[in-house]
Amino acid sequence: MRRGRITPLAIFAGLYLIFLYAPIILLPMFAFNDGTIIAFPLQGFTTRWFVDLLNTPALHAATGNSLIIACSVAVLATCLGLFAARAVTRYDFPLKGGILGFIMLPLVLPEVIVAISLLVVLMQLGLNASIYTIILGHTLLCMPFAIAILQGSFAGLDQSLEEAAIDLGETRAGAFRLIILPLVTPGIIASMLICFIISLDEFIIAFFLSGNEPTLPVYLWGQLRFPARLPVVMALGTILVALSITLLLIANYFRRRGLARTGQQDSGGFL
Amino acid sequence: MISPPLIYAILLLAVPLLSIILFSFWTQTFLTINRDLTIENYAEALTDPLYRVLMERSLRISASVTAATVILAFPIAYYISFKVRPERKALWLFLITIPFWTSYLIRIFLWRVILAYDGPVNGTLIGLGVIDQPLSWILYNANAVIITLAHAFAPFAILPIFVSLEKIDRSLLEAARDLGEGTVMTFLRVTLPLTMPGVLAAVLIVFIPTVGDYVTPRLVGGSGGTMIANMIYVQIFDLSNRPMGATLAVLAMLTVTITLAWAILHVRFWVHLSDRVGGGVAGLCLAVLAAVVDIAIIRWVYLNGDAWFGTAGALGVMAAIMVGGAAAIAIFVPKGRWGL
Amino acid sequence: MSDTSSNAPLIQMRDVQKYYGTYHALRGITAEIGEGEFFSLLGPSGCGKTTLLRAIAGFEDISGGTITLGGKNMAGVPPNRRPTNMVFQSYAIFPHLSVSQNVGFGLRKSSLKPADKTRAIGAALEMVGLGHLGNRAAHALSGGQRQRVALARALILKPKVLLLDEPLSALDRKMREEMQVELIKLQREVGITFILVTHDQEEALVMSDRIAVMFEGEIAQLADPEVLYRRPATKRVADFIGVMNFLPALADGNGIEVMGLGRAEVDPSQVPGGAVSGACSVGMRPETLSILYDGEMTRARETTAMVEEVVYYGDMTYYDVTLDGASAPVRISMRNMVGREVLSVGMQTRVSWDPRAMVVFPD
Repeated sequence: MRRGRITPLAIFAGLYLIFLYAPIILLPMFAFNDGTIIAFPLQGFTTRWFVDLLNTPALHAATGNSLIIACSVAVLATCLGLFAARAVTRYDFPLKGGILGFIMLPLVLPEVIVAISLLVVLMQLGLNASIYTIILGHTLLCMPFAIAILQGSFAGLDQSLEEAAIDLGETRAGAFRLIILPLVTPGIIASMLICFIISLDEFIIAFFLSGNEPTLPVYLWGQLRFPARLPVVMALGTILVALSITLLLIANYFRRRGLARTGQQDSGGFL
Repeated sequence: MISPPLIYAILLLAVPLLSIILFSFWTQTFLTINRDLTIENYAEALTDPLYRVLMERSLRISASVTAATVILAFPIAYYISFKVRPERKALWLFLITIPFWTSYLIRIFLWRVILAYDGPVNGTLIGLGVIDQPLSWILYNANAVIITLAHAFAPFAILPIFVSLEKIDRSLLEAARDLGEGTVMTFLRVTLPLTMPGVLAAVLIVFIPTVGDYVTPRLVGGSGGTMIANMIYVQIFDLSNRPMGATLAVLAMLTVTITLAWAILHVRFWVHLSDRVGGGVAGLCLAVLAAVVDIAIIRWVYLNGDAWFGTAGALGVMAAIMVGGAAAIAIFVPKGRWGL
Repeated sequence: MSDTSSNAPLIQMRDVQKYYGTYHALRGITAEIGEGEFFSLLGPSGCGKTTLLRAIAGFEDISGGTITLGGKNMAGVPPNRRPTNMVFQSYAIFPHLSVSQNVGFGLRKSSLKPADKTRAIGAALEMVGLGHLGNRAAHALSGGQRQRVALARALILKPKVLLLDEPLSALDRKMREEMQVELIKLQREVGITFILVTHDQEEALVMSDRIAVMFEGEIAQLADPEVLYRRPATKRVADFIGVMNFLPALADGNGIEVMGLGRAEVDPSQVPGGAVSGACSVGMRPETLSILYDGEMTRARETTAMVEEVVYYGDMTYYDVTLDGASAPVRISMRNMVGREVLSVGMQTRVSWDPRAMVVFPD
């Protein structure tokens, strides 16, 4: 590898990173900007937009909904993911590739398709859209991510580890508690955090399936048509993005810790 | 062990998908759904030029986004795979994917802010003296949709290409250099072909979801940038014609599948033709010729078929040609280079 | 190598059967293993040796027959209650624990005081030569180190039987030879029964007191290494252990006519399968045939041959020669003693052979 730092390729890479982060950097800039128009030049520092957020009851309701949904989805998707990851790494069953591909399909399908197909089923069943329907939809979306993360955990688990523990005198439960659980726990935590983030940020399915209980992104969407609310929207956006990134960093920390514990290599990224 | 997730996926994915297929054959007047099976919706969707234009625009936008994203993604994937120290690679990948984990809605909305008439891009360009008037062609049209989607789907394209670059045995490249190839030729003749499977994956991962995107066209597309998903929304929520929405969804997925199948299998065919004549310049010419002919046929049917087969018929014939050709290639032409 | 014990055997297997669905993995295994014995289960992949080992350990239930350990029938006894401990093929070292924690894992439930536990762990690590690695993280060990940790972890519990599932197959050649010697020493030091599963016949020959050669779920021959080598019970065993030349022959009432060598009379002990008549095969090990150099005389029989292939190994030379009157070449190994020249391809040479070295197999 050549040591020339400032090659054209390196410059391109740098510019690309700026391109990737440009929108996000603007968020806090204008969230703290003392001006009602989102344009340069900046006009002084203020936190009044954030204060505004605190005084909006509709926002609080939406936040509550989002949190309930996100937590439920995190647990549900991770549980299902645990089953799938264990099955895929341990056993060989017919049509394994096809089944796995099918479960991972939501990753590639346009979300609109998933959203309206769920909507149609709901209507057929005469059900109303509600928090529960959104939870179901989000879980479908998050399951592939949970499986991808947990597969990494289980891949590092040698089947003989459990048997070795039993051979050395432990019971099945003891082996699970002392050997399996510590090795899988970092993956479980990472999976839950990732599913939480995805659910919190998800818009389309929540939008199509929202009844009277909007989530945060849906609430945000509603605010977009009011130019006067733009700075507040920026403030809300800043909080959401900061939260997402924080949780992501924590999730990554756990993911890497899980890998380190089993002596595996970090291939970078969750997928 | 696999059964709970499988059952869940079947209940919440397979069943709903099958339901919208069924639903697309029903009709709705005001609030009542008529469950008699009919192809009314399909007839309307295929004959009314409005839908066709939207679908075509969606495909075009997606194709542009895919091209832009993949072309821009390749250098950065190459940089990380070949120029970054191994212990830093994970960090770079992580940095690239961080924006992906933030709210999609927020990111699209931010692009509307950025590209606005009185927004930062125009402000900076004016301030730097590059232009006098704010640019009007960067927002509320198809261009804005393309820029925004290219930004949103960048990580999707980078990761598969990166994976296939990593898989290349470095000693292959050294062998090529050892046999006398220059850097550029090594890249073209060894690296690029070996990454084709990754590029193909990137194309699929970007093309399919972008065709059905709703938020971006809605926020930054204006009237010239609406896509098929917006129409689906309008049918379902504004016009209370849910079956029509379902029909459009089914047709959209069909169109995407047929288009992709046609494209991928025909590229296999063209490469196969080129190999048959021994590659080189002759092979390239033959492949290009075949490509031109194949595309011309489809175009002719699309543009002139109305007169011969009727509007719906023209689309049907076009689909038949595409599917037939693709199937024939799938059966008779063996899997060739580049993972196609 | 230690003597097989004269007490009641430690492990008794009577007609052990194991089915996986319709697949008959173990077909009536009957054998006895004594205390302090280094016993090997040898065979190609799929022969059932690992299945048998796991059945002794308790990880597989058997479909028929009995396994008795120390006089007690092990039916229904789970692995964590048997007086056995196992070293797994992948070593199964717990990656999230340190070396000491790994070794001391089995002591968690014992009634030892913490100080005694620490001492025991230290002693176990010393025994396998890893005394200095107690605090190392387990996932940071080399293959050879991992294997020793697995050994220490199993032996610290003082089992009556140590089961080893292909322990050396994951190591490179040099490490493997080192560990073979170490395992023998360790077994002598600890004095307990070792049961080793391997597909490497050299390994089994070097380390074991007795070997059970298994094919397709059955024991083909159970004997000590010398008997296995010199008097294999079947053609398949003969071929599996070391290199064996097979020469076509005709047996009549009075003796054997061997193609390429001549006529000979054999002792009944040289016919493991019982009396043979008609077409048969005669097995001769490469070292039982000798090249006669110029001027050498021999008391045994003699014949002529042509050299087809010469492989020089430094201390030995292997010759493939075609005996006059035979069709297929046979392999002869000769030590490169001082004064012996290395022959070249195409030379005619004399070969001496001793009928006492022959083993006769029915065809």
